[in-house]
Amino acid sequence: MKKNRSTGGRFSVSKALSYLVLSFWALTTAYPFFWVIVNSFRERGEIRSDSFSIPWPWTSSFTLDNYVTANQRSDFVTGYTNSILISVVVTVVVVLLAGLFAYGMVRYRFRGQKLLHGLILAAMMFPVFSTIIPVFRMEVMMGLASTQNRWLSLIATILPQIAGNLAFAIIVLMGFIRSVPIDLEEAAYLDGCNVFQIYFKIIIPVAKPSFATVAIFSFLWSYNDLFTQTFFLRYPQEKTITLLINEISSQAGVNYGLMAASVVLVVIPVLVVYVLLQKNIIKGLTVGAVKG
Amino acid sequence: MNSMIYKKKAPLLFFLLPALLFMVVYLYYPFVQNIINSFCSISGLGTSSEGLNTPWYANYVEMFNDPNMRTAVKNTLLLVCCTLVFQVGTALVLALIVDRIRVGAKFFRTLYFFPIVISATALGLMFNLIFLYNGGMLNQLLQKLGWTTANIDWKSEKYYFFTMLLPILWQYVGFYFVILVTGLNNISSEVYEAAELDGATGWKRIRYVTLPLLRNVICTCLVLAVTGALKVFDLPWVMMGAGIPLDMSWLTGTYMYNQTFTRGNVDYGSAIAVVIVVLGVVLAQIANRVFKEKDY
Repeated sequence: MKKNRSTGGRFSVSKALSYLVLSFWALTTAYPFFWVIVNSFRERGEIRSDSFSIPWPWTSSFTLDNYVTANQRSDFVTGYTNSILISVVVTVVVVLLAGLFAYGMVRYRFRGQKLLHGLILAAMMFPVFSTIIPVFRMEVMMGLASTQNRWLSLIATILPQIAGNLAFAIIVLMGFIRSVPIDLEEAAYLDGCNVFQIYFKIIIPVAKPSFATVAIFSFLWSYNDLFTQTFFLRYPQEKTITLLINEISSQAGVNYGLMAASVVLVVIPVLVVYVLLQKNIIKGLTVGAVKG
Repeated sequence: MNSMIYKKKAPLLFFLLPALLFMVVYLYYPFVQNIINSFCSISGLGTSSEGLNTPWYANYVEMFNDPNMRTAVKNTLLLVCCTLVFQVGTALVLALIVDRIRVGAKFFRTLYFFPIVISATALGLMFNLIFLYNGGMLNQLLQKLGWTTANIDWKSEKYYFFTMLLPILWQYVGFYFVILVTGLNNISSEVYEAAELDGATGWKRIRYVTLPLLRNVICTCLVLAVTGALKVFDLPWVMMGAGIPLDMSWLTGTYMYNQTFTRGNVDYGSAIAVVIVVLGVVLAQIANRVFKEKDY
């Protein structure tokens, strides 16, 4: 809870200075995005001479050409569909499994628990590229990767992404479940609930904000994870939106408007998710991060 | 926790096994396999190993004599230092300031955190436009302000480190900021009142009350910053590609990727990955030690 420790509503020089510094950083955070969005609507060639003015829709600088070109070069509907399919499945599985695991870790005492906890922390440190090659080979042997089958390829991407997101999710959820008072569970137990009922009827509802945070992060990271996607999704019908955009912009050459438009196309869905859910994102994350 | 509920251990399997299975198959096993790979000779991505190298530690010897690897480790360590100082430092300053105000605190928090949810690929493309030689945002801005007349080549030998560093620092300040603000909010107001009675105000209050109480949270941030900096990949990869200019901008992550996927040195790449993880564990330990023992 925020305490009443500032000097109140009175104007003071130090307060004005505070706002100045904070606003400066806010500007450096927001302006680059604004600049890219604005320039994605600018007539080709004008970006390099005059990128700071706003190309209002009624002036000759305004154009939608960049988006038209981007759309002609790739199939965005398939791209967004693949991206969302992958991210939704990853999110659901991660939340489900990480929740169960975190609950077991927090409430039970068993041999090897310390070791297990250490393993989870270590898993957060593995860079993706240290595991991807063996995973790729394994999936080729299992008949998942490199099959030209859209659905198998999507699964081949989903599985390592789930594993990659689990460690973070577990640590955040453990932090939160630890702060749930055990009295609730004891009361439920006396009422005749077994552990599974306790988990689904007490823990999940109480820890909902934390589950939401984990879900949002898993979704975003899976959506943004170009590296794993590059590896497993190679044929046109499998491509995700991030892959498509990366392709377009690497072929754009000096067409900077097209590059700006591709950046905007990837950022917009994330921006929408963020604005809608920002309360959950920050709140749930910090509960876990500070206490875990 | 001695609750009766959790005395029976049978359900534990149901709770732990599914996630553990996933991680064993997709994280731990591949990770061990990767260590083994680093001692083997492998000619292609999908192909299996052709037996041990001669001598088996050949890749590690090669690494010592590889000037690019030396550059990569040097740059990465420099990046770690800059991250600690500027990223966590900026975040700390901003957090201390935001703690003094009430109106708009939430707004700043939401805004500062935003870059973290954007893919590094998109950010890399964005910063490529900003740092563009001919008519990028920065060059246009500097010329408008009259600070320079000629275009500056931001990816030249003189500026490459700054160009690579800035987006990385910029993206994650908000992350540490949010963690620190939460830590600040957890400090009870009674502590501050007591400090005020003892005459600690302004800077003194920060130095003798806030910072010591915040130590553990700062420590968490520092450890996260170290491991985060070692894993940095997408942003420099999109912006600097193959070590431009002249093999000067390699980081361990980008160099490992380049060796494995561009040049097909799969086993050498595996060895670099092992070094990255070892470096991470060692540095995180050091950060933990140094900071825990520091007394205010």
